[in-house]
Amino acid sequence: MGNLFKIAIRNLLRYKRRTLLTASLITVGVVFVLAFIAVSGSFKNMMIGEITDAMLGHIQIHKKGYVASIDNLPLNLNLKAQAAARIDEILRSRKDVEASSPRLKFGGLFSNFAESTNVRLNGVYPEREFKTVPLLTSRISEGGKTIGKGEILIPSLLARGMKVKVGDPVVIVATNQDGSVNGKQFVVAGILEGVTGPGGRDGYIHIEDAAEVLRMPALEISEIAVRLKDFDRLQPAFQEISKQLEAEFRKDDKFPLEIHTWEGLTPFFNIARMIDLMTFFIKIMLIAIVLISIMNVMIMAVYERIREIGTIAAIGTLPGKILSMFVIEGFCMGVVGAVIGDIVGIGLVYILNLFKISYDFGQQKGLLLQASVQPTDVLMISITVIIVSVIASLQPAFKASRMEPIQALRHV
Amino acid sequence: MSLLIADQIGKNYQVGEVVIPALRGVSFEIDPASFVSFIGPSGSGKTTLLNLIGCLDTPTTGRLTVAGADVGTLDRKQSASFRGANIGFIFQDFNLLPVLTVYENIEYPLLMVQKVPPPERRKRVSALLEAVGMADQRDKYPDQISGGQKQRVAVARALVTNPKLVLADEPTANLDHQTAYMVLDLMKKMRNEFKTTFIFSTHDQKIVGEAEIIYMLEDGELKGKEVKGGKKNG
Repeated sequence: MGNLFKIAIRNLLRYKRRTLLTASLITVGVVFVLAFIAVSGSFKNMMIGEITDAMLGHIQIHKKGYVASIDNLPLNLNLKAQAAARIDEILRSRKDVEASSPRLKFGGLFSNFAESTNVRLNGVYPEREFKTVPLLTSRISEGGKTIGKGEILIPSLLARGMKVKVGDPVVIVATNQDGSVNGKQFVVAGILEGVTGPGGRDGYIHIEDAAEVLRMPALEISEIAVRLKDFDRLQPAFQEISKQLEAEFRKDDKFPLEIHTWEGLTPFFNIARMIDLMTFFIKIMLIAIVLISIMNVMIMAVYERIREIGTIAAIGTLPGKILSMFVIEGFCMGVVGAVIGDIVGIGLVYILNLFKISYDFGQQKGLLLQASVQPTDVLMISITVIIVSVIASLQPAFKASRMEPIQALRHV
Repeated sequence: MSLLIADQIGKNYQVGEVVIPALRGVSFEIDPASFVSFIGPSGSGKTTLLNLIGCLDTPTTGRLTVAGADVGTLDRKQSASFRGANIGFIFQDFNLLPVLTVYENIEYPLLMVQKVPPPERRKRVSALLEAVGMADQRDKYPDQISGGQKQRVAVARALVTNPKLVLADEPTANLDHQTAYMVLDLMKKMRNEFKTTFIFSTHDQKIVGEAEIIYMLEDGELKGKEVKGGKKNG
């Protein structure tokens, strides 16, 4: 086998310029794919991270029908205290759950005593909420990083529009389940930077204040957000939690809850899917580049070496060995293109990060591009390139191996 | 026992709807360690006959036995194996592999065809390099040596597997006369040393004289046989 490699490499070096051009083409393809994966992956991960770590959490549990009406924040579709407590108990017993946060969501009127506007509010237990969506604290641009009783975190757009700053008193007025209206005065504890996505422009108050505004005799919960220890185990954890809750709550073929991963709660999942689709097509383009360039070179190589093929066949070289010679040439070109492409690609990603490129995403400004490629991506792309190189050289190699020595020797 | 028996062999080529007979009812026998030449004008069937003997082609009619094997019955893979084990080739254009050195070209059949162990390979290649006078050129590539040297390397490559038979189609056609005689001398010397049968084709009358047995071909038919020192009909 070593001798076949030696002959293949020497044959490749024999046509240095052509080999260099083909390997360069593969290299450029690999570099672009790696750079695309690194940049799009960075954007996708940032987007998912922002959405899950700043607002949604990884999984949410609601009473059945709540998500369909979530724009109205219906108070009649809240989880009762007992059910919420049981869900909480189940979640706490799971080792894969990092934190969970019950929320009481409602819409109300926000007043600065001079003017008023609508506001969507989340009543939360601050410590649990900050553990479940840890990026929430980083969104607080002004004020303290907590929510005490009688305090409110308001989104920056609201603060600017209503000319409200930290420490100002405001009033929240809300209609409760009975239809009666109640109000409560709060102090602005912090200003939240808005983020793109559902809940990105909501305000936050303490959950007990929310219950008080809504005059709830017993605390009800609109949703429970769950944060997992390992995001990569989202689907299995989701399946297991769903099964556990079904076992607990299903009665007479009716399951009163609905459970969603972040994917089912935000349209940005479709953007993530689009990025995956684009990555897939970029990979297909790479495969096409490798396939066509290697096949072209190998067809040329076979055509140019017909007499040599005739000679080695006449000497007694078996067809399988002739096939191997050409396949190994394609393999070597694939390996060289992939390895150089990997090195240049990783270097390019490193250089991209040195430039600290920033970009905007919806309401968020100046997000830093943190391009990175996973070793598995590098490995998969390299293996794909090498396999495609071998496949591309099979047809010319097969043709060479099937050549009649007598005709090959006559070739001029 | 004869090394090679041709019994009424014929070879036809089909060009469109026309059948062209390249060989017609050719019969002869060649003994081991012979030094034989087939001569004749262009189109007389010399190359066709050598291709049949070399298992590169199969006869349309008749039976051809080489080293005890009916070569007409061998399939593609069997033919390749048979050639690798029994036949050496010397080509008019030398046909050395340009990416291999002189040493590696001679070593090639042992490495890629016969899988001879390295110590034995080194021994055989070195001996042949000495025998053909190319030991000092062993690390050169074919484009760094002359035509005569290339043909000496080709002779060594043909002999390295210890074949029973070496076939040479117009081996001196691309060489000047002096070099051609040197190559033929070398072939004869190798025949004497290794007891290998050499069969070559030529249309060069001066070179023909070097052969010990000469078969004359014309229009695909064997017209005569000349053994050095006398002539008899074929």
